[in-house]
Amino acid sequence: MAEETKGWDRNGMAARAALELRDGMYVNLGIGIPTLVANYIPAGVNVTLQSENGMLGMGPFPFEGEEDADLINAGKQTITELPQTAYFDSAQSFAMIRGGKIAMAILGAMEVAENGDLANWMIPGKLVKGMGGAMDLVAGVGRVVVVLDHTSKHGESKVLKACTLPLTGKAVVNRIISNLGVLDVVPGGLKIVELAPGVTEAELRAATEATIV
Amino acid sequence: MNKVFPSAAAALEGLLHDGMLIASGGFGLCGIPELLIAAIRDAGTKGLTVASNNAGVDGFGLGQLLETRQVKKMISSYVGENAEFMRQYLSGELELEFNPQGTLAERMRAGGAGIPGFYTATGVGTVIADGKEHHDFDGRTYILERGLVADLAIVKAWKADPSGNLVFRKTARNFNVPAATCGKTCVVEVEEVVPLGSLDPDKIHLPGIYVHRIIAGAHEKRIENRTVRKRENA
Repeated sequence: MAEETKGWDRNGMAARAALELRDGMYVNLGIGIPTLVANYIPAGVNVTLQSENGMLGMGPFPFEGEEDADLINAGKQTITELPQTAYFDSAQSFAMIRGGKIAMAILGAMEVAENGDLANWMIPGKLVKGMGGAMDLVAGVGRVVVVLDHTSKHGESKVLKACTLPLTGKAVVNRIISNLGVLDVVPGGLKIVELAPGVTEAELRAATEATIV
Repeated sequence: MNKVFPSAAAALEGLLHDGMLIASGGFGLCGIPELLIAAIRDAGTKGLTVASNNAGVDGFGLGQLLETRQVKKMISSYVGENAEFMRQYLSGELELEFNPQGTLAERMRAGGAGIPGFYTATGVGTVIADGKEHHDFDGRTYILERGLVADLAIVKAWKADPSGNLVFRKTARNFNVPAATCGKTCVVEVEEVVPLGSLDPDKIHLPGIYVHRIIAGAHEKRIENRTVRKRENA
């Protein structure tokens, strides 16, 4: 089991992703591990979380008994508001996304490619859930950070030369945070920025199908 | 002119026909027109195309119209919460047109605003762009998406006055505003119809010009994903 203590777990990836946040940013966090990023926002960094179903200034989950059916996040979870909260409709929400007003989105991924292609919305014939707001986010926000496990359960790399699944966006990812480390999309491939604790560069390279430059 | 009707069935009278296009407000189960959906189920209207961000869940919201096979086609961005939907889709009984969420919202907004199409970078380089006109502006590629005009819009607001001015509550506003505007006719269900003059004109979220018929009623307002945190002991 020693192998499993290597690298970051879900919370470790979320904590590392939280270091991408800068004071004053408006940020959209995707469903899954990205939602956990809100638990690790560094002290002194004030960010405003956007929820694409129509809210800026998303607060924490409510205390039991204080849930409000009219107040949910994009993952349909009950949440709370903050003193700076504003509500708006879905057209306005995506106007600010498409209009480039959101500084960064942190999203989950099924596959990511060395040119920044992202696939995170369907597996033909198996999983047909839909893209939700992900295609709008990757096309509109200033910076896209994706968080994913570097390999599948079967050990196959999810950091690829080219995605095999239907794309969410073409050449849209700026930074990849996986359980094994941090990589940036640069001309010619991916550049290793950081290794997760206990992970060697050789291990990261072995788990990566994409070109590392 | 009286816009307030006694029941959902009465408010929908003369507006439903087989094969029609209905735009529905709501996100997940939040802010869905649950009373009007139930009335459409009871009316038995068939061959519907429904533009709605989601498709409800099994047994509630638009899921009810799927169970009765009244829906021919959905135009949605995310349908992952509905097993019956998945079954009908994978077996070819139900058509599905995926729209990115912001594209769907803007299609409704544009349709309601008299704009037949708009260019967006959303979906460029993906299957969403297949068969759509591409155009470059200032060095970036965009695709042409169409404004959407529905035969009927069904929406849910918190409060209405008798003139149709609407106020929504928290994140239950969502798709209700763009859906309302894109309907040739718009029927609204609210928790309360308040007297004329009791809503602050500066705080109207959707003016009554978009609203043709109103009903008030009790709402279940089911929570899809109840998530709470522990109280910290001081």
